Amino acid sequence: MSAKRPVMWRGTVFHVFVLVVLAAYLSPFYWMVLSSLKTQVQNVAFPPLFIFAPTLENYRSVFVNNPFFLYLWNSLVIGFGSTLLGLLLGLPAAYGIARYRRQKVALAFLIARIAPGISYLVPWFIVFSKFDLVGSYTALILSHLTVGLPLIVWIMIGFFEDVPSEMEDAAHIDGASQFDIFLKVALPMVMPGVLTAAILSFIQSWNTFMYSVVLANADTRTLPVAVFGFMSYGGFDWGSITAAATVITLPVMVLTLFIQRHIVGGLSMGSVKG
Amino acid sequence: MQRAMRTLHACSVESSNEHGRMIGAARSNRRPLSFWRRHPGLPFVAPTGVVLMVMLLFPLGYTLYLSLMEWFAAGPPPHFVGFENYAALLGDERFLNAVVRTLIFTAIAVVVEVALGIALALLFERRFVGRGVARTLFLLPMVATPVAIALVWMLMFDPATGVLNYLLTLVGLPPSLWVNDPWLAIPSLALVDIWQWTPLVMLIVLGGLTALPNEPFEAALIDGASRWQVFRYLTLPLLRPYIAVAALFRSIDALKTFDPIFVITRGGPGFASETLNLYIYNMAFEYLHFGSSSAMLVVFFGIVLGFSVLLIGVRRRASA
Repeated sequence: MSAKRPVMWRGTVFHVFVLVVLAAYLSPFYWMVLSSLKTQVQNVAFPPLFIFAPTLENYRSVFVNNPFFLYLWNSLVIGFGSTLLGLLLGLPAAYGIARYRRQKVALAFLIARIAPGISYLVPWFIVFSKFDLVGSYTALILSHLTVGLPLIVWIMIGFFEDVPSEMEDAAHIDGASQFDIFLKVALPMVMPGVLTAAILSFIQSWNTFMYSVVLANADTRTLPVAVFGFMSYGGFDWGSITAAATVITLPVMVLTLFIQRHIVGGLSMGSVKG
Repeated sequence: MQRAMRTLHACSVESSNEHGRMIGAARSNRRPLSFWRRHPGLPFVAPTGVVLMVMLLFPLGYTLYLSLMEWFAAGPPPHFVGFENYAALLGDERFLNAVVRTLIFTAIAVVVEVALGIALALLFERRFVGRGVARTLFLLPMVATPVAIALVWMLMFDPATGVLNYLLTLVGLPPSLWVNDPWLAIPSLALVDIWQWTPLVMLIVLGGLTALPNEPFEAALIDGASRWQVFRYLTLPLLRPYIAVAALFRSIDALKTFDPIFVITRGGPGFASETLNLYIYNMAFEYLHFGSSSAMLVVFFGIVLGFSVLLIGVRRRASA
């Protein structure tokens, strides 16, 4: 009966209960996919339809009636761009913080984490406007970098701290430079962490909405902004909206399966959202 | 998360003379070796430091500066007005209401998330067939694209044809207007936040549960404590630091919630769900009042920072 020592609960009631909780919890996703397979008439039927002849027409319409591949491309370019730049800057930084206890840089990250995202957006918008960069990939990648970089650094500090210093000392005695030690000794040992950090940074960039809605134009629009735009023209075509929502959400879910163990730390510490 | 707390502590203890050292650094070019020896990690950290400064710290400073300026993008060039923008906020009912709404939204969301999160963590602490799969599935609301999620909730909230009202009528309750009702808009939006973020609280608390020592529980078992007593007087107090951390992160993010509110209600009906974030967004990017929106940003940042400091204090007392 202890709350601490788990016992194997074989009770059917318990399993049914867990199943019900889980099903209720995931039902919005179920509803999203279900609605994406309905026609507009079926989508506004009341009572809502649970059994109907599914159609893939909405998915066709999303890709044919909109430059959806352009939006997909934009999301990929900005996601990969900000993540690669984030790794390039963040990996040495995390190593430096972990090895040499540069706490103040870490504090700066913490402040960055606490500040509302919109307090960066107003100055960025003004400065980017001056340099005629609003709507450019540069502005979008830089803004998304501020989401990915802190996340990469925070995750990687932990991984670098776990590298045994004996290995590095040995390399040092052999005459390797600091940078060589980082690149050839420490970095290969934290590769699983790098993959995790990269995936999380990419997901966060993929999901980022507020920065993109202000800084993107018609040609550099990312997927979340594009789907948001679906609401305005042509009223509420729920079939297309949910089809697009499904297309956006799917890659994120697949990526999540790879990094599930690190998601809690990453989401609570790294993301600068809102 | 623990690291965040450590960092805060270390930095509050250490006195700050980084600036002085930086100036010294520029001058000591003549003897680069001794400088690098004194700051061994600097080359690794410097590029990121520059990016942080340019992309994050400079904008914060610039916001502070702008908040003292009168600047309407379609009007005359910006000019200095001192604290006038701040003074105007005190009389701005729309602003004050937005502050209250933000706090109500946060309070509802965080309280429910923490309570539900603890309950779910206790549920998931037990071993059962498929526990790993179930835990993974609980991660999905947190990583799913918020805009996509918000659109699905909007569809479900629909008063005429939405599935939520269908479920209400199914159990014999009257249908609700959900986000279209000025009184229910904020709680309904909080419901979306609760759905999305309860798993985070659950997973943090679950991490705490697995880290608890065994001995007190064995002792309680021998003493014949009831399950409720064990939970109330043992599990809960031992979990307090974890709960505080979860509440801290959730509060910071709930105060800053933007995507679902912007997508589902845009602050409506009327201004019924216009939180601070939404109002500032409108002020800056719809009305192009950069001066007064900056003043609001400073206040907003202050509120979030105040919350953080408060909760870190609570956590320190809890773990002491």
